[in-house]
Amino acid sequence: MDFNALFSDFGGYTITGLTVGAIYALVALGYTLVYGVLRLINFAHSEVFIAGAFAAIWGWSALGLNRDSVVSGIGSIMLYLLVGALIAAVASAGTATVIERVAYRPLRKRNAPPLAFLITAIGASIAIAEAFGIYTRRLPVGAPTVVKNDVLFSIGGASVTVVQVLILGSALAMMVALDLFINRSRIGRGIRAVAQDQNTAALMGINKDRIILVVFVIGGVMAGVAGMLYDIRIGTLTYSVGFLLGLKAFTAAVLGGIGNLRGALVGGLLLGLVENYASALWGANWKDLVAFVVLVVLLMFRPTGLLGESLGRARA
Amino acid sequence: MGETVQKPTVPEQAGPPAAESTAVTREPLLEVDHVTLRFGGVVALNDVNFTLYKGEILGLIGPNGAGKTTCFNAMTGIYQPSEGEIRFRGERITGKKKHQITKMGMARTFQNIRLFPEMTALENIQVGADAHHKTSVISALFRLPRHRREERDGLEKAERLLDFVGISGRMHDAARNLSYGEQRRLEIARALATDPVLLCLDEPAAGFNPAEKEELLQLIRRIRDQGVTVLLIEHDMRLVMGVTDRIVVLEFGKKIAEGLPAEVREDHRVIAAYLGVPDDDVA
Amino acid sequence: MTSVREWFDSGRHAVSERWHNGPRWMRWALIAAVIVFFYALPNREFYQWLGPIPTTGSNFGHVLFTVSIYVLLAVGLNIVVGFAGLLDLGYFGFFAVGAYTVAVFTSPSSDLKTLWPWMLALPLAIALTMLSGVMLGTPTLRLRGDYLAIVTLGFAEMIRVAATSSEFLKGQRGFNQIPHPPGSYPDGKPIFGVLDPRPYYWLVLTLIILVVIGVQNLNRSRVGRAWIAIREDEDAAQLMGVPTFKFKLWAFASGAAIGGLAGALFAGKQNFVSSQNLELLNSIIILAAVILGGSGNIVGAIVGGGLVAYLIERFRGIEFFGIELYEYRFMLFGLVLVVMMIFRPQGLVANRRRAAEFKDRRKEVIVGG
Repeated sequence: MDFNALFSDFGGYTITGLTVGAIYALVALGYTLVYGVLRLINFAHSEVFIAGAFAAIWGWSALGLNRDSVVSGIGSIMLYLLVGALIAAVASAGTATVIERVAYRPLRKRNAPPLAFLITAIGASIAIAEAFGIYTRRLPVGAPTVVKNDVLFSIGGASVTVVQVLILGSALAMMVALDLFINRSRIGRGIRAVAQDQNTAALMGINKDRIILVVFVIGGVMAGVAGMLYDIRIGTLTYSVGFLLGLKAFTAAVLGGIGNLRGALVGGLLLGLVENYASALWGANWKDLVAFVVLVVLLMFRPTGLLGESLGRARA
Repeated sequence: MGETVQKPTVPEQAGPPAAESTAVTREPLLEVDHVTLRFGGVVALNDVNFTLYKGEILGLIGPNGAGKTTCFNAMTGIYQPSEGEIRFRGERITGKKKHQITKMGMARTFQNIRLFPEMTALENIQVGADAHHKTSVISALFRLPRHRREERDGLEKAERLLDFVGISGRMHDAARNLSYGEQRRLEIARALATDPVLLCLDEPAAGFNPAEKEELLQLIRRIRDQGVTVLLIEHDMRLVMGVTDRIVVLEFGKKIAEGLPAEVREDHRVIAAYLGVPDDDVA
Repeated sequence: MTSVREWFDSGRHAVSERWHNGPRWMRWALIAAVIVFFYALPNREFYQWLGPIPTTGSNFGHVLFTVSIYVLLAVGLNIVVGFAGLLDLGYFGFFAVGAYTVAVFTSPSSDLKTLWPWMLALPLAIALTMLSGVMLGTPTLRLRGDYLAIVTLGFAEMIRVAATSSEFLKGQRGFNQIPHPPGSYPDGKPIFGVLDPRPYYWLVLTLIILVVIGVQNLNRSRVGRAWIAIREDEDAAQLMGVPTFKFKLWAFASGAAIGGLAGALFAGKQNFVSSQNLELLNSIIILAAVILGGSGNIVGAIVGGGLVAYLIERFRGIEFFGIELYEYRFMLFGLVLVVMMIFRPQGLVANRRRAAEFKDRRKEVIVGG
């Protein structure tokens, strides 16, 4: 264990951890929303994320940006960001909708056992990831530099970059918007009703299938934006990264309490921090193991997560 | 019409069962000792207190939503009481695993039938019979003598029970292909296969026509004659009257009466619960 | 579409009727014929008469070995997914544990330098995979089924991380000179050599037969009944006296042990194990095999495992849109999972519960009753 590495740049590891965690949190929301309403782990959500991440890069390249382009000027940066986010959100929401329609709805109509949902979910996940893999010849795809990673300011010796501020800021803004939407709007009320009791909600005249679709779309939008932010942060994208990121986002969701929206944020940020501190201590190679260890330990001692499961009813 | 029938019902504040003269000769089997059960803010059971004695058929009745099934679930270890405790054969049930309670000699059926649908009728009963089997994975893997012996015993027992409940003709059919009445009987046979001291039946006559109900009554009596104590949860008053030795009445999670069928039938609170109060109040 | 399906179903039904109602000796004769066929299969004198069935691109014996390993894995995963209804998405991880255990204890490139013979490492490999199954199952099997799925998925990924990153497990360089299984011909030449893949295939085939007999014994005992009961209704099973956690753990551990056995066999033939020849997405292929064949059904698992692995090997080298068909395998089998669950969840070889076996013995009872 290398404590020197950790303490020499504690601030830096913290900022990086929070940034990574913000992306986990955005993806975790998708797991948590779908789980809250359907009691289903949507394994294919990692591919909803990947679809958005690829869509943003391909969207930018359709607008004339290639992997070596560097965007300058605050106006065009904002424009490319918005367009990228929009394309990514649409692509991810579309992917999520297709998954729900093709893979889940037929099973729901037939009242299939939970095992059947999990199997189609993993099947859809692999099929989509591999389709991207085959299309990109399993090679990394470079993203343009939409936002230059300049240092914006520094706190306590740790420098904070523009990209980090962008990621943290937009993730937080989207979380707040979602929280307001779920708690204040009419559709949000419908979502909460279906989460608590599907049958009663159906009796009250709430269209269950529509609510479920909305949930998949919202999860998709969040994952899409997360995908674009990932492109900006890493600068390159490989088809297979969704798998691990999905696993971590799921861990984040469980950490905060799956089914609990604020839990997803807390869990995401926390997991990002833990992972980065651990990579300082044991080396970056082992970073990916941390999430898994956290997940197993968590399931052993506190399966309901830190904040508890709140969207739905008590566990069966 | 009510004053004279107050006497036989045991008021909640009455002390231990020893106060009853009949209890001296009887051995308590299941004691529900001042049990309260809360779900969040809802009080599902409120200080419920009664005793089930060995060899009797006790009816637990009450209007829909009175807490019968909740009480039942607490007794079989599915819910943990918030206050009070439940003792079976003198041992506390609270905190015991469900399969351990079954091994202690309590078996149950379900209001909405829960058989293993893809297994045959015979296999369903064999699962029940397995409750007391000790065959280990290793001895099953190599078909050691204990496995063969227990397998043979289980099979014989299952066939005997199928015959006992009168569905031996359907032995090799998947449970899901049995008729509704046959499924109810199969559930009873499966429960009996665990060699229970106490058999708890949760609305076993639901959906039955009068002829089927009559057959069921005879089956329950035959089960009792085999030395099994029976707890019968029932919505249908007439069925309960015909077969039970004693009756406990619940309403809104509270015990409102307890006594012989004839006494309970005359109890004004019971009559009010069943007739006087409009149905929608207790839904 | 429907008529094809009906035709298929009625044909399958007719076969199954004849199978179950035919005399007992006929069934044994048929099983014996099938076994003899598969023992004869890797011999050129035999397979040259089989037209397009043998693979053209690669040595048919090697292909048969790979196929037999997949069949073994499918039989093992079927216990977990098919019987007990537990979704294990990292099943290939147990294969990896088995292969690496053999590698670490036998290979001269291992830091341990124990240089055990293969035969000594084999039971250890099985024991360690079983142990890892128990360690993974204990925290998760008490929870809802979907947690098990994701934890096993993570487990496979962690095995990959450990295999590539850990100095002890040698990453891509791997372990070489892993010894072969013991035994020699009368003339002193070893049975299990480098050139002839057939003995390995025969060894796996023999082990498959033994494993299937064992699994069938379990299946026809209280253990098998407990597994099915858990799959059908876990709460009811528990209330009928089934110690559900214990039997779930047994299902998980026995499945793991079979996976470990497969891994150890693989290491013994390949005599080289590295992070590169462990494609953990293979878990999905094995799952697809079980689902395709018919989960909860040993014959289904065997057929599914054999079919899936054979198809993958048969179409190796054929190109599609300029990309080798082999590259599409994970995508195709991912789609197979979705399509099967939607249109034919019972699989190709639908399960007929054990009713028929009893019918033989107890016809009188039924006639009488």
